[in-house]
Amino acid sequence: MAKYKNHVLVCGGTGCRASQGEEIVQNLNQVIEENGIENDVQVVRTGCFGFCEKGPVVKMVPDNTFYVQVKPEDATEIVKEHLVKGRQVERLLFTDPETKERISESKDMGFYKKQIRIALRNCGFINPENIDEYIAREGYAALGKALTEMKPEEVIKEILDSGLRGRGGGGFPTGLKWELTRKVEADQKYVVCNADEGDPGAFMDRSILEGDPHAVLEAMAINGYCTGASIGLIYIRAEYPLAIERLKIAIEQAREYGLLGKDIMGTGFDFDVEMRYGAGAFVCGEETSLIHSMEGLRGEPTVKPPFPSESGYKGKPTNVNNVETYANIPVILLEGAKWFSSIGTEKSKGTKVFALAGKVNNVGLIEVPMGTTLREVIFDIGGGIKDGKGFKAVQTGGPSGGCLTEKHLDIPIDYDNLLACGSMMGSGGMIVMDEDDCMVSMAKFYLDFTVEESCGKCAPCRIGNKRLYEMLDKITEGKGTEEDLGHLRNLSNVIKDTSLCGLGQTSPNPVLSTMENFWDEYVAHVKEDKCPAGQCKSLMQYVISEETCVGCTLCSRVCPVDAITGDKKAPHIINQETCIKCGACYDKCKFAAISIQ
Amino acid sequence: MSKVKSLADLRKMKDELQSKVHLREQSDNPEKLVQVKVSMATCGIASGAKEIMNYMIDEMDNQAIEALVTQTGCMGFCHAEPTIEVTLPNNAPIVYGHVDQKRAEEIINKYIIRGELVDGIIPVNYETVKENKND
Ligand SMILES: Cc1cc2nc3c(=O)[nH]c(=O)nc-3n(C[C@H](O)[C@H](O)[C@H](O)COP(=O)(O)O)c2cc1C
Ligand code: SF4
Ligand code: SF4
Ligand code: SF4
Ligand code: FES
Repeated sequence: MAKYKNHVLVCGGTGCRASQGEEIVQNLNQVIEENGIENDVQVVRTGCFGFCEKGPVVKMVPDNTFYVQVKPEDATEIVKEHLVKGRQVERLLFTDPETKERISESKDMGFYKKQIRIALRNCGFINPENIDEYIAREGYAALGKALTEMKPEEVIKEILDSGLRGRGGGGFPTGLKWELTRKVEADQKYVVCNADEGDPGAFMDRSILEGDPHAVLEAMAINGYCTGASIGLIYIRAEYPLAIERLKIAIEQAREYGLLGKDIMGTGFDFDVEMRYGAGAFVCGEETSLIHSMEGLRGEPTVKPPFPSESGYKGKPTNVNNVETYANIPVILLEGAKWFSSIGTEKSKGTKVFALAGKVNNVGLIEVPMGTTLREVIFDIGGGIKDGKGFKAVQTGGPSGGCLTEKHLDIPIDYDNLLACGSMMGSGGMIVMDEDDCMVSMAKFYLDFTVEESCGKCAPCRIGNKRLYEMLDKITEGKGTEEDLGHLRNLSNVIKDTSLCGLGQTSPNPVLSTMENFWDEYVAHVKEDKCPAGQCKSLMQYVISEETCVGCTLCSRVCPVDAITGDKKAPHIINQETCIKCGACYDKCKFAAISIQ
Repeated sequence: MSKVKSLADLRKMKDELQSKVHLREQSDNPEKLVQVKVSMATCGIASGAKEIMNYMIDEMDNQAIEALVTQTGCMGFCHAEPTIEVTLPNNAPIVYGHVDQKRAEEIINKYIIRGELVDGIIPVNYETVKENKND
């Protein structure tokens, strides 16, 4: 085997590949060969580094230089300067937005400082298409240890003691679920990996599958050993082609090595994994719905109990876990429950992966210990609010969650604290909003999503959410009344109490939590016909100041609907009936005579 | 690759494959390792820095010394090339000049393994070295 002195890690995640990551790899290899150093340097295509916003990312090993926004044509300079002459390519380093300093190593970047990587330990580190690299990182050693040295009960006890809870949203203790499935007697059982990931803006599970697919396969096999299942099913949305591709390669390689299949590691344990594809419906992420979809039925939920652990896929006991939950399992078995439970808060152990999005400087994928505060996530890791604007709120838990505000910034993030604040952990989407975001519109955005995604099986969710949406729409149009606010709250509670599945039981949360935290904003919409954030177009007016306007006529010439009238050198007037609020006049006026009210 | 037939098989395989990611793992916590930086600008390369770097890597590998060998740009001691900077864990960096294979061997056997100083130290104010590195 050639002994490489340098490794060049090129991000092969979906984000970076979209911006020509493949060409970067090709060009690097070509220039490396031209310079005759192909025996010294290895180019490795890895999974996501999490810093997708500034991608494509290239990391140089062993000196750990971290290059961002690399273009295919930069390959020559990286090879000739960095690899041949040992000089960093300054212009490709990350510039700290606060200090304006260039930072060469990722560990010195605010984005990475507070992160601990357990579920993402191999993402951006190994080549996910090469099982050897996974094995070199103690891959399949946890499975080997479980099969050879531990009884199923012992493995389950370890998972229980670790305090691991489901990362798919509910936070159910993972060890307990395994124990429940194990106890049921059946001729056939199944383990399922839920890779549906329907929360808009979330891409945690996709990144894990793309960056470290073997970790999930290994954990599923361990789950099979504990629960007595010999078949694993991965339910993944067809919209994730790269994750599907990497999973297929991983399954193939694991079979070749005898790490999936019959008599794994000579222990007599049989386990294999198959893929099932979903069409990308949010409700199919709900476990009973997911199971029906895999059975070829309509993706509609059914009442629990029976829980899948008792009667799931084809009526057999089925253990459903989320991708990120699985990714934690091998490490727990290798490092021990004690180690894992030393991280996090009293009732939420370990770490959580979040997809940080919205109005923060560093958008990306992060993994932090449970108990990290929102302030640390948004301001230290996220680098603060974009364009120096003020922080307003952050939505966690996606369409099922709620918003958290200034007063929640210092609360340690864990399952129970978020619930107590009227939101929830959810699968890990985190959308940051600034002072320009209207909270009524935000709630409307999520309701629009749930109306679209409701399966329609039960009336409160199918009809109720539609009514909620209509009321919110009316309010943002400036046609809402104070009565509507009462109706909104009542109907929300009814939907929560009477819906069949988790979708309807949580869909009013964005409404309730914005009403709780931003009541004044709702009142301003219905009483004063004003949108304090200035986002609701129907509630704002462009107005020309009589005093400041010099009558230059420029605005009337740019207005696309001829809403502005006025004589030359005389103050102009906007006809509010015709104005479509495009803002063109506002941008053009050189005398700042036009204001938004 | 043959099948993994037992846990022992897997562990053996892991040891063989370790070298694939070893460099990456080491670079994640450099403070705990012997760090060697070889000056590899034009002046350094011309005077044989590349050969020295290869020698250091191979030799420390043979002796199973956990070390991280990287290249840097010109350190500003062109008169004394090849130069290398050696940092032992919890020690200040020391720069050696005119490093040929014999001196490299000495540096490994005496300084790196036993902590004894070796001839050829260039007295430097480390701060200036740091500034010059990015020229
Ligand atoms: C509407 C709805 C959507 C869901 N979507 C997902 C999803 O995309 N991924 C997921 O893992 N769990 C999702 N869940 C939760 C699953 O029902 C289930 O609790 C989870 O997969 C269990 O795994 P865990 O215990 O490892 O979290 C969803 C639940 C509901 C009600
Ligand atoms: S709550 Fe909504 S998504 Fe769930 S079963 Fe009822 S209609 Fe379908
Ligand atoms: S562009 Fe400004 S100053 Fe000119 S007419 Fe319009 S409002 Fe008045
Ligand atoms: S906002 Fe647009 S439509 Fe309205 S007056 Fe100005 S230019 Fe005309
Ligand atoms: S996809 Fe490259 S950093 Fe996320």
